[in-house]
Amino acid sequence: MFGLSTFKHGVHPREYKELSNQLPIRRLPFAPTLVLPLSQHAGKPSVPLVQPGQEVVRGQPIAAADGFMSVPLHAPATGRIKRIELMPTARGPKTDSFILEVYQGSNQQHSYDNPQDLAKLQGKDIVQLVQDAGMVGLGGAAFPTHVKMTPPPEHQVDTLVANGCECEPYLTCDHRIMLEQPEQLIQGTRLIMRALGMERAIIGIEDNKLDAVKAISELLPAHDPITVQAVETKYPQGAEKMLIKSVLGRSVPPGSFPSAVGVSVFNVGTLAQIGELLPHGRGVIERVVTVSGPGVEHPGNYLVPVGTPVRFLLEHAGVTSGAHEVILGGPMMGMSVSALDVPVTKAMSGMVVLEQNDPDLHKQQAHPCIRCGWCVEACPMQLNPSMLGMLAASSDYDEMANDYHLNDCFECGSCSYVCPSNIPLVQYFRIAKSVLRERAEVA
Amino acid sequence: MAEGGLTTDLRSSPHLKQATTVEDIMRNVVYALLPVCAWAIYAFGLSVLLLLVTTTLVCIASEALFCRLANRPSTIGDWSIVITGLLLALTLPPGFPLWMAAVAAFVAVGLGKALFGGLGYNVMNPALVGRAFVQAAFPVAITTWTPPFLPGRFSELIPSTLTLPFTKPEPVVDWVEQNRIDAFTGATPLALQKFEQITTPVADLLTGTIAGSAGETSALIILLGGIYLAARKMLDWRIPVGVLLGAVLVSLPMWLLDAGRYPDPLFVLLSGGLMLGAVFMASDMVGSPVTPSGVWIYALFIGALTVIIRLFGGLTEGVMYAILLGNVISPLISRVTQPRIFGEEGKR
Repeated sequence: MFGLSTFKHGVHPREYKELSNQLPIRRLPFAPTLVLPLSQHAGKPSVPLVQPGQEVVRGQPIAAADGFMSVPLHAPATGRIKRIELMPTARGPKTDSFILEVYQGSNQQHSYDNPQDLAKLQGKDIVQLVQDAGMVGLGGAAFPTHVKMTPPPEHQVDTLVANGCECEPYLTCDHRIMLEQPEQLIQGTRLIMRALGMERAIIGIEDNKLDAVKAISELLPAHDPITVQAVETKYPQGAEKMLIKSVLGRSVPPGSFPSAVGVSVFNVGTLAQIGELLPHGRGVIERVVTVSGPGVEHPGNYLVPVGTPVRFLLEHAGVTSGAHEVILGGPMMGMSVSALDVPVTKAMSGMVVLEQNDPDLHKQQAHPCIRCGWCVEACPMQLNPSMLGMLAASSDYDEMANDYHLNDCFECGSCSYVCPSNIPLVQYFRIAKSVLRERAEVA
Repeated sequence: MAEGGLTTDLRSSPHLKQATTVEDIMRNVVYALLPVCAWAIYAFGLSVLLLLVTTTLVCIASEALFCRLANRPSTIGDWSIVITGLLLALTLPPGFPLWMAAVAAFVAVGLGKALFGGLGYNVMNPALVGRAFVQAAFPVAITTWTPPFLPGRFSELIPSTLTLPFTKPEPVVDWVEQNRIDAFTGATPLALQKFEQITTPVADLLTGTIAGSAGETSALIILLGGIYLAARKMLDWRIPVGVLLGAVLVSLPMWLLDAGRYPDPLFVLLSGGLMLGAVFMASDMVGSPVTPSGVWIYALFIGALTVIIRLFGGLTEGVMYAILLGNVISPLISRVTQPRIFGEEGKR
């Protein structure tokens, strides 16, 4: 839309939000068994605090952070730890996980509060409480939030950007959180602003969610340091660098973090949970997950206990007879599920089920590159995917990295999405990156 | 591994795909070319119909043959070869002997496309490679023009059309004389301008009531096809605009300098094959750069070079060689005009 702030390039996939954006968040019952990986975050795995056989109550810390680059883990339900064993996770490798047998009749009460007097909290107390809550980026990155709240000393951050774009098709969990929990979102935003001494916050929301813009704006007094800004509905508007460009006009240099331009970006779901949990001193034990797609009978936004097996969630939402492929996360950057027993983790925002006859699933014949340049026009990082693709085909990985900025690609998938020749460009780039990584490790 | 209807086969993201494919792009280019073909047939008669059919069929057959020889799956389904066939016929004189047209088509596919590995790997526009070959091989036939709208054009063929292979084409002058009803001339506007300093009126150039190659005579219909493709985002509008701009940038100063000797820029734009080349050939995705600034350089280069050849070279028309040269330097242009990546735009 003209006049709306945005970034250069990007694509406009069909949104499919109408399947679930009108449906209020609903609580999912407990699965009989929860699987809780000790590593649901970027960084070092948590250290178990409880032994197999031990009883735990809902909200109790069951694993501690292993140093600064780690977060603790809390029991999402009351029950007994059956064992700790290697279990498959959505991210791929098997991970040490608690197997928690949930007691029948386990209720939704929080049994493990540690109330805080918010007015008295110092900045460092807030950072500590955020770590104690086991908080990670709920938008999908799973980066420990307290680490993000501790920017390198040489960077002066002045602005918090709250990411309410939710630019992935199908996903509506952030949308519903903004509509249903705007107070918590504002509370969380204020806490982080205080912790980091930031002057202002901008909540960036795509203009396909103007009701959310309204819901939050109505709660903000005039001249509040927090403002809400509508941005163009365009993929990948929710990528950190793109959103910062859109709302502030600042460009994060290649290879740098947002703090290099004085900004910290937090997902609105993360902020709302901080606003909800911190006053009670609670930990992250559940999250909103959008379950949607043509293969789902009852699409919706479910409040899901962490550790719930994907299979249980799908049984609950129901899958159609034509259901075929399950994607964890959104369809642009999410991964197809490797096993239905993998658990919902803290950073899993959605689950999209496509049907067998879905045109998006049809493997189209790949053609040679015809140099239409559509990928160049699509790439939000302004790379040249066409050239990168040709170099990948001839395995010139070093040239890709050295001359064509391979490592600035964050795999948003825009190039593959537009390619009329159906060249799996992003897949090529992933392979190139991992080959280069392995070579670097060997050397 | 499958479970009920659910699969756990791993597939890489993204899991959504824009629907437009290579076939869609190529098919729409064919749609945009059809009015140009129809006008060419209407203006020049049955001979052009046969010319279009001949080049297209020979192109398809050659493509199938070369795919087979190279042990590659047949690519005649992607429509690109139909574009080559139609474009080639449109660049030939209306009475061009069919057997020579067949040779041009075979060379276009063999030398212009298959030799490089097929669609996407070719360096130059295949149709123009075929045309350049027959320009060199049959210099007389390729410059033998007939006027449009001759009364007998739907009842008989231009005599040269059915020339037997390896024989001299029958002269068309007598046939034109018998058919002539008014003062239409067989000379092209470019030749008239260059050698006799007669400038054809703009209205005639727009509507195509002039002599020339089969498909180049109505600038208007070509432009409409281009607008259709650009609106569907299947043609990079910057290329035709850049080519025409390049042509103006060179011709305008020359015309201002000596209006008696050099043609005015509007005439330059509308005459000869410039419009057909700008809209349908320079814009061929395969032969043009992928980078935004590279596209402008490439297009301006072609436009400027076309006019330079026309005004200062021995040939009356330069668009074919200008595009072929543009195609050849396009990878180089791409290489030196890499886009500045996000976050580094301001830097040098």
